[in-house]
Amino acid sequence: MYGYSVFSILRNGLSGQKHWPLAWRAPSPKSNYDVVIVGGGGHGLATAFYLAENHGIRNIAVVEKGYIGGGNVGRNTTIVRSNYLLDGNTHFYEFSLKLWENLSRTLNYNVMFSQRGQLVAAHSPDQLDGFSHRANVMRLNGIDAEVLDRDEVRRMAPYFDYSETARFPIYGAHWQSRAGTARHDAVAWGYARAADAHGVDIIQNCEVTGFIRQGERIVGVETTRGKIGAGRVGLAVAGHTSTLGRKAGLELPIESHILQAFVTEPIKPLVHQTVAYGADHFYVSQSDKGGLVFGGALDGYNSYAQRGNLGIVRDVAEAAVALMPCISRLRILRHWGGVMDMTPDASPIMCPTPIDGLYLNGGWCYGGFKATPASGWCFAHTLATGAPHPLIAAYGLDRFRTGRTIDEAGIGPFAWLQ
Amino acid sequence: MRRLNKLGRIDRSQPIAFTFDGKTMTGFRGDSLASAMLANDVTIVGRSFKYHRPRGIYSAGPEEPNALVTIGTGGRREPNLPATTVELADGLVAESQNRWPSLKFDVQSINSWFSPFLAAGFYYKTFMGPTRRSWMFYEHFIRKAAGLGRAGQEPDPDRYEVRHLFADVAVVGAGPAGLAAALAAAEAGAKVVLVEQDFLAGGYLLSEPSAGQAGAWLAGMLARLADMPNVSLMTRTIAFGAYDGNVLGLLERHNSSSVDPRQGEARQTLGLLRAKSIVYCTGSIERPLTFANNDRPGIMLASAARTYLNRYGVLAGKRVLVAADNDSAYSAAIDLAAAGAQVTIADSRAQPGPQLLEQARRGGIAVRATSMIAKAIGGHNVRAVVLIEPRGKTTLECDLIGVSGGWSPTVHLTSHLGIKPVYREDIRAFVPGKLGAGQFVAGAVTGSFTTEAAVDDGHRAGNEAFAFCDAARSSQAQVKFDLPKINAKLGVIGDDGNSGLRPKPPLSPAFSTQTNEGVGGKMNLAKGKAFVDLQMDVTVSDIALAHQEGYQSVEHLKRYTTLGMGTDQGKTSNFYALSAMAGLRGMAIPDVGTTTFRPPFTPVAVGALAGLSHGHHYKPFRRTPMHDWHVSNDAEMLETGLWMRPWFYHASSRDVNEAYVAEMRNVREAAGLMDISTLGKIAVQGPDAAEFLDRVYVNGFAKLPVGRARYGVMLRDDGIVFDDGTTTRVGDQHFFMTTSTARAADVMSRLEFLLDTAWPDLRVSVSSVSDEWAAMSVAGPKSRDILAAAFPDLDVSNDALPHMGLLEGRYRDRPLRIIRLSFSGERAYEIYAGASVGKEAWCRLIDAGTPFGLKPYGIEALGALRVEKGHVAGPEIDGRTTLDDLGLRRMAGKSSGFVGEVLGRRQAFSDPERPRLVGLRCVEDGRRLRGGAILFRPNEPVQGHGLGRITSTTYSPTLDAWVGLGLLATSAAQEGAEFIAHYPLKGEAVRARVVSPTFLDPKGDWFHG
Amino acid sequence: MLQIKCPCCGPRDHDEFRYAGDASVGRPAHTDADFERWYRYVFVRENPAGAHREYWQHVMGCRQWLIVERNTVNHTILSVNFSRGTPA
Repeated sequence: MYGYSVFSILRNGLSGQKHWPLAWRAPSPKSNYDVVIVGGGGHGLATAFYLAENHGIRNIAVVEKGYIGGGNVGRNTTIVRSNYLLDGNTHFYEFSLKLWENLSRTLNYNVMFSQRGQLVAAHSPDQLDGFSHRANVMRLNGIDAEVLDRDEVRRMAPYFDYSETARFPIYGAHWQSRAGTARHDAVAWGYARAADAHGVDIIQNCEVTGFIRQGERIVGVETTRGKIGAGRVGLAVAGHTSTLGRKAGLELPIESHILQAFVTEPIKPLVHQTVAYGADHFYVSQSDKGGLVFGGALDGYNSYAQRGNLGIVRDVAEAAVALMPCISRLRILRHWGGVMDMTPDASPIMCPTPIDGLYLNGGWCYGGFKATPASGWCFAHTLATGAPHPLIAAYGLDRFRTGRTIDEAGIGPFAWLQ
Repeated sequence: MRRLNKLGRIDRSQPIAFTFDGKTMTGFRGDSLASAMLANDVTIVGRSFKYHRPRGIYSAGPEEPNALVTIGTGGRREPNLPATTVELADGLVAESQNRWPSLKFDVQSINSWFSPFLAAGFYYKTFMGPTRRSWMFYEHFIRKAAGLGRAGQEPDPDRYEVRHLFADVAVVGAGPAGLAAALAAAEAGAKVVLVEQDFLAGGYLLSEPSAGQAGAWLAGMLARLADMPNVSLMTRTIAFGAYDGNVLGLLERHNSSSVDPRQGEARQTLGLLRAKSIVYCTGSIERPLTFANNDRPGIMLASAARTYLNRYGVLAGKRVLVAADNDSAYSAAIDLAAAGAQVTIADSRAQPGPQLLEQARRGGIAVRATSMIAKAIGGHNVRAVVLIEPRGKTTLECDLIGVSGGWSPTVHLTSHLGIKPVYREDIRAFVPGKLGAGQFVAGAVTGSFTTEAAVDDGHRAGNEAFAFCDAARSSQAQVKFDLPKINAKLGVIGDDGNSGLRPKPPLSPAFSTQTNEGVGGKMNLAKGKAFVDLQMDVTVSDIALAHQEGYQSVEHLKRYTTLGMGTDQGKTSNFYALSAMAGLRGMAIPDVGTTTFRPPFTPVAVGALAGLSHGHHYKPFRRTPMHDWHVSNDAEMLETGLWMRPWFYHASSRDVNEAYVAEMRNVREAAGLMDISTLGKIAVQGPDAAEFLDRVYVNGFAKLPVGRARYGVMLRDDGIVFDDGTTTRVGDQHFFMTTSTARAADVMSRLEFLLDTAWPDLRVSVSSVSDEWAAMSVAGPKSRDILAAAFPDLDVSNDALPHMGLLEGRYRDRPLRIIRLSFSGERAYEIYAGASVGKEAWCRLIDAGTPFGLKPYGIEALGALRVEKGHVAGPEIDGRTTLDDLGLRRMAGKSSGFVGEVLGRRQAFSDPERPRLVGLRCVEDGRRLRGGAILFRPNEPVQGHGLGRITSTTYSPTLDAWVGLGLLATSAAQEGAEFIAHYPLKGEAVRARVVSPTFLDPKGDWFHG
Repeated sequence: MLQIKCPCCGPRDHDEFRYAGDASVGRPAHTDADFERWYRYVFVRENPAGAHREYWQHVMGCRQWLIVERNTVNHTILSVNFSRGTPA
């Protein structure tokens, strides 16, 4: 791999940039791979990278129907955190955060992971108690967490509404200092480049149209660029898991829903942390380019359209102004939507499937970005060994039958409300 | 001064004073900020995003990439506004951006020196060391350098409104096509809303000489539309987004005459326009040309130079070079020459048409064929231009360069619903794809660039749009009307004989000429930066680098180089980037694809989208009928699930922890009064009401006698506890259900769901009566005495009103229900009175009860009392617990067929490690329990999730101990076992013993009898 | 904004309604004790990219539960009926 460093920047700067090679090749599909990963998003590419890096498997293809990183890894609000309450989630997301902390150096690609901390405002004493419970659990599991009082919040986030007339007064906040944001596209590209350097074939514009079976076993995929044989097939197509799962014969507890995201015009630094609102669905951070990036609740009905409705745009704007009155005059530059796999407990599904040869990584709901490194790591383990990695033991498909669901919000099997 | 004494649609009798960077200047009514700045010889308006290069005014419309300014001060400060879209107003304060210490001398322009190392994506390749947190160090400086304007930190002092509009036909854009479409639809009888982003209607016609025929046609059309009551023309209104359901998002600006809105006036109005059909007449945007230093002040779109001249009476330069690859720029050249400029045209085509040449010659314009710009010379303003021609390079002096690389239809809105634009080779441009039902396009957006065609097209589309929304009337009407003719002498006559407001671009995709196409390596003909995206500082070589590194899909190109990510959304850069990538990849443009256009078309203020929903209009909270009493009696109010409820009363103490204990003690010793009006209340009526309740509750209701109440628990279909409450049988076929405050709406909707979708055969009706009843609970040993004193007509003796009994009466001519229920463990009564007399009933109880020691209590004490009694509530019914978890399985008894029964027996629910409800009692003197503490065995390592947690706690004045409820692993939850409650946030570890959750009066003697 | 033509109240914005997901899954009888049927009813979803039968309740209007057939790709609404009286 042609190394990225300040020296290579200088060398290319002085020579008209002529030495930079392709970040990844554009190979034609071979007839057979040890592992075929369907979906060139963050999770699929990370899986390919860790299969090669951790398990020494090199004969891998990632097949992507469009361009890599075009799904949710390139559409989210880039927040990375590990403030999960329930056993089954806590250690997985913390492991992910630890991988994030070294990711740029692992990949030799600056994913700009910026640990600016996450502040979740509390608007009632009860809510603050709930945050304390969460923080206790995090600390007991070796994860940094604090609960701040109103004055501490005010020092950190002077732009909240602390006035007497504030609609939702600030009682305090949950704070995780190691949380932060990353440059989302760079995550996909960084994994792609590093996987490619290990010999992984990244095949874009190649849509999987069906599965090749030998008896009960899946032994490859049919694509718009021909048949590709595979020792094992991993699905990592969150947002469209149902569509592909159906082709393989899987029955899934997944619905597709739209989550919108927003960015304002670029401004000089204003919001230094990632911030979430306790009274409503609203979260915001400021990108390195200067735009405030924010999001809110799901659109609320099944959808495969990568765009959202105006009602949620207004809801999010209302919450934004209520929490941060000074952003009223800032202008929204773009808003867009991503298609989420929503599960009945808002936790992911990652496991071998009942179909021999087929492995599933999906159901990421609105939390897939932060999970990318750990998801790739654990899914690679699962594909390599045929058995789930211990960190994802709780993410099996059978948990809805057994009742071992991991419902952080306690909302229940109503995907559109999760 | 560049302002002429003639020409334009400005009112020279109305001067307007404004400031730019502190310097006072004067413009006229009818000016944009950009035109007024140009007239005042302002050439540099700001500094660019990355290299801090000086930038001027590039366009005359919303496509402006360069001239971004901050308007206003204090809370009204608004960064990044294109000066081209700001209507000049008295006292307007404008400020340049992204420069320090001054616009003319900007320290960070040193970035240009380092530009070889700042190529596209350079930041992905460095800043990774020496340690893993190094990025945080570099990022600090990068963030400071990024961003354009600075936002204010003060709250926005202005207000916004929301307007709901309905139309048969909505027309977007009041250019020639839009005006014709609106008139056609309106003449046919449609209710028409015509929206125009500019403060004047007319579109491109405004850039024509106002004294000419275009002006007359426009005036005629506007007069005609103004006379029609069914037409609403909204200027200063941008249709920023197209949404599902034929909804257009509109933003209407109001500050037309003054900088700040007048008292009480909204600054902007968000419009939600629901139209039966929509005609998009969004026009087109001129494309720039790329050459070295093509960003210098003094370089602008040719059409913009023409607009400044004809609309604003500003001659932007005296020695003008117009560079073009098409006919349309000749109009600009001819008008500029006529106004006195010395004009040269550099036409990249080998043979411009003879008629064009003849017109240019008559205008005194030198035309240089096969001539392309290699480079512009000049720093703060262009001074000269280097042309490349077959005979070699020529340098010409000039102070203005007008560029035209053809036109791109404005396909943004028509793409918002996911309809990809399609490429037309004949005009080398993208036009709207096949739109959904009820959506039409007309005019330049379709790729027909002449005025005549636009008018005809608009007329057709207006008729079609009307036919779509009113087929019946449209077929009768067969609308015919005289559309004012606009004849072919307008503007420049192209060689194809069309009237040439916007002549067709050349047909040949001329890669060899200077157009929007580039060939790898040859896209830039001279040394120096050639910009594609002026706002994001993306150059031709950045695109080449992206290609070289494999970022070749359009989206990769965009994301890697940041092309098109600016506030202008790449309105002028998009097409060039696509065609350049097509050239580099050796593909046809449509095969490279197109980026997705996202709303909003131009940026929209967050506050405008929020509209009126801010402050106490945002999620307005709810008040009970007794609200005013609580407030005037010094209750500390707390919002719970949108309800304002008394948290505690200051009469008890100023401190919540002292107050709730005092209030509890008073309940246990005398009596307390609590406002419980927030409970959900549902009337369940009908012959099958009992059967229905048997199905929705886990416990049976069919055998409940009339006049008796029962506590009930409901599950979700997945077997998790959903809600609890009491239901009272007030008649044989009439039940009165109460739900928790938090779940009131969900329970109601769920009941309706079951009746409408699952069991339509059940003869049951449910209706919410939550708002009909005020409800209060009087609890404590003196409660019966107080009730008797307050309602002397009623027999409230134990025989007449036993535990779980109902007593009905009347109060102030309205029904009164007294249900004897207890969650505190005390003898207690819930009193339901008509909502309108609730406060009176409350006061009556207070008056009657005061001699007995009755005092009000708040929700903190309420929560504490129920903990002492071991009743589960919100912290335990958290959406994850089952009947077994909460110790409620016995309620299900032998009944079957209730909601959630089957999945409520899933395997994991009987796991011995699954936590279930326990009581906990603190066994350390002087220490307390806290909710949210995690439970570990005494000698167990303190890590992980523990064996359980404390959910609710209270100090019990009766027991003089801290007690709590918790969820603890079944296998460990033996009464008497000791656990350590760890609370790492406070570094606490407190010993607690497992006890029965019913801390007081286990046999219930207090509330019976 | 989706516009749902409520058969009782006329065309209204979707934010007047409460959504409740897939209406094509048949609810087992309340006395049905079959685990598999309940599991599938509560959890398994077809989740089509295309026509989708779904429940909406007009909570801010007539409060009727409706069955709406809607395309999940382009959000076109194909039909709206009262749930009562509409065969599953």
